[in-house]
Amino acid sequence: MKNFGFSSIKPRVIDYDRNNKAVSDYILKHEPSFALCIGCGGCAATCSAARFTDMSLRKLNILVKRGENDEVRRLMNKCMLCGKCTLVCPRGVNTRNVIFLTQQAFRKLDNYAV
Amino acid sequence: MPEQKDKHIIIIGAGTAGCTAAGQLAREGYRVSLIEKDGKPGGKVNNWYQLFPDRRKGEEVREFLMGEIDNPLISINLNTDIDSIVKKNSKYLVTTTRGVMPPADAILLATGFDLFNPERKEEYGYGIYNDVITSVELEEKFSSGSVLTSKGTPPKRVGIVHCVGSRDEKVGNFHCSKVCCVTAVKQAIEIREMLPATEVFCFYMDMRMFGPYYEELYREAQEKWGVNFIRGKVSEASENIEGRLLVKVEDTLAGKPLKMQVDLLVLMIGMENSLSGRRIAEDLNLKIGMNGFFSVADNHYGNNRSNMKGVFYAGTCTAAMNITDTISHARAAVVEISSYLKSSEREVEV
Repeated sequence: MKNFGFSSIKPRVIDYDRNNKAVSDYILKHEPSFALCIGCGGCAATCSAARFTDMSLRKLNILVKRGENDEVRRLMNKCMLCGKCTLVCPRGVNTRNVIFLTQQAFRKLDNYAV
Repeated sequence: MPEQKDKHIIIIGAGTAGCTAAGQLAREGYRVSLIEKDGKPGGKVNNWYQLFPDRRKGEEVREFLMGEIDNPLISINLNTDIDSIVKKNSKYLVTTTRGVMPPADAILLATGFDLFNPERKEEYGYGIYNDVITSVELEEKFSSGSVLTSKGTPPKRVGIVHCVGSRDEKVGNFHCSKVCCVTAVKQAIEIREMLPATEVFCFYMDMRMFGPYYEELYREAQEKWGVNFIRGKVSEASENIEGRLLVKVEDTLAGKPLKMQVDLLVLMIGMENSLSGRRIAEDLNLKIGMNGFFSVADNHYGNNRSNMKGVFYAGTCTAAMNITDTISHARAAVVEISSYLKSSEREVEV
């Protein structure tokens, strides 16, 4: 088929009603402190990985809650699990465990276990 | 009890501030006339089922206020509007819709606030869609014991919009109404408690948890009640073909626009200086600040005094305030009035 140079663009808008929030539910179940994030960004500021990549736990937390899973998948493996974020969180969120559970949830999701 | 004093104070407004000040002045022996435009004293607190941050019944504060004004030195004039106030020498002559009051040695304006009319923010659909309601209407639903949509069904999802009519130059209000954020948190908890299967989303610009135990309540809302918070100002609400409300907002922490359907949208309407208060301001040439409230003589140490000798302020006619601060402000007004009356007495003696 002739290529006219057109392509369809995926909308940027978060379609909350369509998105799958199973990963968020999974994290909340195993790490209830996940609910306490207020988006201050302390975790992202101290993040070792953020110096060289676009890793941001502050953003990842929100994207997980909204079910923006493609972007979460892209971000979550940039974490080195050093745990500095957990030391600074003013709300006592076990941030390291949040990342760990995120990775675990996607592994289960891919095996249809979430 | 101090002996009765030969001074008369007229208080305009029998809400939280007016009732508190009346009681305190009467206990000091002053004669007080309380003028109220509504049919009963108590003011806005009459509409409130439970109060933040401890969710005590609004009724308990109402009872306190009624106890304050239960004093033979206080005469209560209900269903009464102000026609005019004229200063004559050191006295104030107040004419109401029910006649001329005895001359007053001091006036205390406790005229309170008006709620922002949400129809002015047309994009939120208040008055257009049946399931867009105000925080006050939600409180009435709590009092009635059930929170249902206009279709008579429990909402599956409720959205709460902060800052409706506050921090919004498009409606001429730069100021923060202070109490709406914590009210939203309180009401979100109450919805979750009453309807455990209902999701609640608060759409906020900033969470302003300024008072004692407010931040703790916010934390409780997240931790215990699973209330969701999305940082962003709702741009519009519209009804879809199923009769649900579609909310559009920028999720500023995600850096993306977001859309979601809700069954009930609650608008946290802010405070504006009352129309009745502003009319009095015109009559007496009282200064109005750029926020529309009465301008106080000094922001730090004179916030009960006006630009007129003998005219004082108490409560939310000067700024948005919670009940606690309103009561403190009203008590402070009594100290100002009392020292003013004592000094004017000395002037006469000299």
